[in-house]
Amino acid sequence: MVEAAKAIVTFLTQPEWLITLSGIAMALFFWKRDQLVHPRVMLPVALASTLFFVLSCLNDNFRAIVTKPDNIPIVLLLVFVGFLFWLAMYQAVENDKRIANGLPPQEAADEPAKVTVWPNLVYTEMICIILMTVGLVIWSVFIKAPLEEPADPSDSPNPSKAPWYFLGLQEMLVYFDPWLAGVVFPGLIIVGLVAIPFIDRNPKGSGYYTFAERKFAISVFCFGFLVLWVLMVMLGTFLRGPNWNFFGPYEHWDVHKLVPLTNVNLSEYIYVKWMGQQLPESILVREGPGFVLIGLYFLALPPLMAKTFFKNFLRDLGFIRYNLMAFLFLFMLFLPIKMVLRWTMNLKYIVAIPEWFFNI
Amino acid sequence: MALTDKLVSTVTESQVWKSIFRHGMPDTPRNQALAVLSNVFLHLHPIKARKSGIKLQYTWCMGGISFFLFLELAVTGILLMFYYRPTAEYAYMDIEALGDHVPIGIMRELHRWGAHLMVLAVWLHMFRVFLTGSYKPPREFNWAVGVILLTLTLLLSFTGYLLPWDQLAIWAITVGSNMARATPFLGHEGPGASLLMLGDIPLVHAGDDARFGLIAGRAVGEAALLRFYVLHCIAIPFVVMILISIHFWRVRKDGGISGPL
Repeated sequence: MVEAAKAIVTFLTQPEWLITLSGIAMALFFWKRDQLVHPRVMLPVALASTLFFVLSCLNDNFRAIVTKPDNIPIVLLLVFVGFLFWLAMYQAVENDKRIANGLPPQEAADEPAKVTVWPNLVYTEMICIILMTVGLVIWSVFIKAPLEEPADPSDSPNPSKAPWYFLGLQEMLVYFDPWLAGVVFPGLIIVGLVAIPFIDRNPKGSGYYTFAERKFAISVFCFGFLVLWVLMVMLGTFLRGPNWNFFGPYEHWDVHKLVPLTNVNLSEYIYVKWMGQQLPESILVREGPGFVLIGLYFLALPPLMAKTFFKNFLRDLGFIRYNLMAFLFLFMLFLPIKMVLRWTMNLKYIVAIPEWFFNI
Repeated sequence: MALTDKLVSTVTESQVWKSIFRHGMPDTPRNQALAVLSNVFLHLHPIKARKSGIKLQYTWCMGGISFFLFLELAVTGILLMFYYRPTAEYAYMDIEALGDHVPIGIMRELHRWGAHLMVLAVWLHMFRVFLTGSYKPPREFNWAVGVILLTLTLLLSFTGYLLPWDQLAIWAITVGSNMARATPFLGHEGPGASLLMLGDIPLVHAGDDARFGLIAGRAVGEAALLRFYVLHCIAIPFVVMILISIHFWRVRKDGGISGPL
């Protein structure tokens, strides 16, 4: 019974299932939000999650990884993100109901009322400072900051992990080379975040919680932040062990775990497997199909989308804004697409030119 | 009772008290306004604010918590600097000594857990600002400043990660900074770098690429420790303080605390 439950959890936490199911769960949550945000649904979910966490802590391997001092912030992150996401969606659903009934959102209904900052805000801040201080002191008294062996450049630990907040990027290294996962993606995340206010020209939903008025913006941002960032940080911290292999939450981190590497490049698929011939000598011929696919993805899709389901976007945003939005959107989706290709057909690289350090 | 009242009035009516607090008890609207206006720290606030905008369920208080944690980290960080030498010879010993020589010393703990929390608080602050649409005009610029501050928060944490000079530190920074090797054109294992040749001489190699610039060497060593120490204690906090000032000032200038516009 217990073993069966563990096996199910281990199966579901494999990256392919964890990420896919989380994406589906988020879509479902947005779709059926009116019913799902209700505490009578969410309270049992919260209780079940807590129960899962407490019961799992009976397992030595699980307890060791979640109570590791530097991992406690990630447990906190999951709790806070979960609770605050619900709180935001709850207020959004309430506001959407008000708006549907011709009322202003709650925040606007409060709007004419201005209150003095002293004491209304100053006291909140003071209480917040006191609680934070007390919490930090208690945390610090009970949990010592770890200090490992002195730095030794000749002895690299396995696994070697980046700081926890970069583990989403390190997890991306499974699917992309460092120049993409470590440089281009982080760069585009920053550029993309800065660009948000200049792309999102929807005048509605400024200064109050809503979902109905900003469906696309909120869905895309939440998918990026919750699934592709927070969840990947969790995955990289809790579920990646030696050699960056996947280990279920109850599994011992065995350095000798062998995982067969069977990944195949697109060029090998096309020339060797499908056409039954040698890989061409010329790099450009060999990688031609990959270049064409990438080119089509980034250059042909935006106008195609503008003709179909993004028709309103092109009209509302104008040419430059629309293309910037489409590029950033497609780049973000590039990650889940590459993931799915890896999971379903073991695709390693779409374009593979190791001679130039140019692999996509 | 009469005695305490007398004591209170003696203190609050003394010349010393009045020289510091130039208004009466903040129990009238006028004095509440003066309490905020005549205090250099509190005058970051307006005198009045939107009722909806200061509700905890609306703001989550995450921006304030981020700022509080920044101050907390500055204070604990300054104290730690008294006992820490950023050299390969002493760094680890000094950190170890902090644990061994100070009974119930918690400065390093306060600094480490506070730093983790600050990363978390800044992410959640961004999440809240996005979900309430508080980046929309006229607040676009302040959102951009916020994104830079978020990036700098991660860099502050990243540079601080190396300072204990233990195995976790050196290898986390090695893994992290290895990415810079693959920077297109600027890293020696990045695409395009091999195109940058002067005759037969590669312009971008392990001794001058982006990673070398970041860690001041071909591997994470003493030069990287000093570089990260200066970045962590002086350079990045300096920039962050300037940007925080702009961030707060623009909150006031761009329509005040978040709320329906």
